[in-house]
Amino acid sequence: MSDHCIIIGASHAGVNCAFALRKEGWKGRITLVDADPELPYHRPPLSKTFLTSNDPIDKHSLKSAESYRSEAIDLLLGVQVDKLDSGEHQITLSNGERLGFNQLVLATGARPIKPNIQGLDQASYAYPLRTASDVNNIKNAVGINAKKVVIIGGGYIGLEIAASLNQLGHEITLLERENRILARVTVPEMSQYFEDLHGRHGVRIHTDKEVVAVNDHKVSCSDGSSYQADVIVIGVGITVNQELAVDAGIEVDNGILVDGACRTNLQDIYAIGDCTNHHNPHYGTNIRLESVQNASDQAKIAAANICGNPINYNSIPWFWSDQYNIKLQIVGLSDGFTDKIVRHEEADIDKFSIWYFKGPELLAVDAVNNAKAYVLGTKFIKDEIKVNKTKLLDSDVQLKPAELTSI
Amino acid sequence: MAKITFITQSGESIAAEAKDGSLMELAKNNNVSGIEGECGGVCSCTTCHVHIEANYYSKTGAPGDIEADMLELDDHVSEYSRLGCQVQITAELDGMMVHVANE
Ligand SMILES: Cc1cc2nc3c(=O)[nH]c(=O)nc-3n(C[C@H](O)[C@H](O)[C@H](O)COP(=O)(O)OP(=O)(O)OC[C@H]3O[C@@H](n4cnc5c(N)ncnc54)[C@H](O)[C@@H]3O)c2cc1C
Ligand code: FES
Repeated sequence: MSDHCIIIGASHAGVNCAFALRKEGWKGRITLVDADPELPYHRPPLSKTFLTSNDPIDKHSLKSAESYRSEAIDLLLGVQVDKLDSGEHQITLSNGERLGFNQLVLATGARPIKPNIQGLDQASYAYPLRTASDVNNIKNAVGINAKKVVIIGGGYIGLEIAASLNQLGHEITLLERENRILARVTVPEMSQYFEDLHGRHGVRIHTDKEVVAVNDHKVSCSDGSSYQADVIVIGVGITVNQELAVDAGIEVDNGILVDGACRTNLQDIYAIGDCTNHHNPHYGTNIRLESVQNASDQAKIAAANICGNPINYNSIPWFWSDQYNIKLQIVGLSDGFTDKIVRHEEADIDKFSIWYFKGPELLAVDAVNNAKAYVLGTKFIKDEIKVNKTKLLDSDVQLKPAELTSI
Repeated sequence: MAKITFITQSGESIAAEAKDGSLMELAKNNNVSGIEGECGGVCSCTTCHVHIEANYYSKTGAPGDIEADMLELDDHVSEYSRLGCQVQITAELDGMMVHVANE
């Protein structure tokens, strides 16, 4: 058999890996399989510009159809991989076909969690949001006349959907189970900022709301309150697509376990992107990330290692979220911070940054409409530069490397 | 229609044509090495960084505020730096050469 690399999952991780393999000099066959029938596309716009515009999904393609042909990457779309036989080095597709491989990359990502809410399965007007077809369903359901939309879950995706549908003129209620939105991912100051931002736009956010039942367009919470909904969108988080890996005997622990080269515990099998639990050397911690950065960086690492170029993953995570005219940019991991500095610029309430420290070490920066703070934070973290905290706190001191590092 | 030539870090020259869309989209559609467009064109990643040919720079214009901030500390920044996703292609740019900033 000639060399054949199969990649399961053709999204940010899988597609980047296929192209990176060619760049690294892989001469054999490359097959990229995905259950989604669309030409692979960027996911972040799904809750942002793809939801608010009438553009077709091709506007957001990761690569043109022609690029796959010119790089001799075989795309099998609309086909699910049902089985992975690691011993035989073989996969079985939903159409019954079997394909053998020398090297395999799992880039299976994640799928939305279906919360345990009574009546949700029967509610034909309730939708998840992970794929282009999910968004098309939501667009069709909300139509052009103002609708009452209830969003369950106040994470980044839920908030982005709220902003987008609000801008389309719909009446939005967002229900969050915790006592603040974004509770799992950021500090109370940031939660408060986004709650106020949405409030200013007329989105009603209710926290401490555990949804227990959906019935006849009524969303009911455990405290007895209820909300009318023409359409429900569910955004309560994701669960990793790791069943293929588990059945094949690959080790998992909150994601598919990989080493610095993105290798699983089984020979010739790699995993990349949202589906992995990996080690971040800069922070010395194991983590599962849901971000484009991690998907594309791991894609390149796996491709290099498959082609015999032994490099290890060593990225500083970064992420963004766009809501209304606000751009949130995050660099680093703030977990385990001991103190933080909230820095405001000028008199603009929509322009600030939060700097997270562990003692003298800068761990992460959350920047709101403040790309300067974001790039500066990135540089300081990467180069492990010590920041003068007193100066950082003083908004008269400019956000420039030389200004903030001097004693 | 505008014909635009991308020069990659390895010296490869790729000629491409479009009548609209962004430089990043054009580069991606032609598989130009060094243009990743990771954030999909929303000024969040700088993986579409290019250097515009000097005598075309007045036609593309200078970077916007966020764009300028994103570029400010980049290792490869020059006075002709732009984020490719923020440069819209028009007939005026016909014949332009752009250098890809990243490998
Ligand atoms: C609405 C939304 C907004 C987002 N916004 C941002 C943002 O602003 N910034 C950011 O950094 N990140 C954002 N993300 C996260 C980002 O999109 C993900 O981190 C990224 O898509 C992960 O890529 P991946 O390739 O690892 O996995 P996925 O994108 O989950 O792709 C996995 C693919 O594998 C396929 N697959 C799985 N199992 C099988 C099988 N057995 N057979 C065949 N195919 C299979 C699936 O169909 C899927 O296409 C957002 C995500 C969503 C949903
Ligand atoms: S594509 Fe991300 S900044 Fe241009």
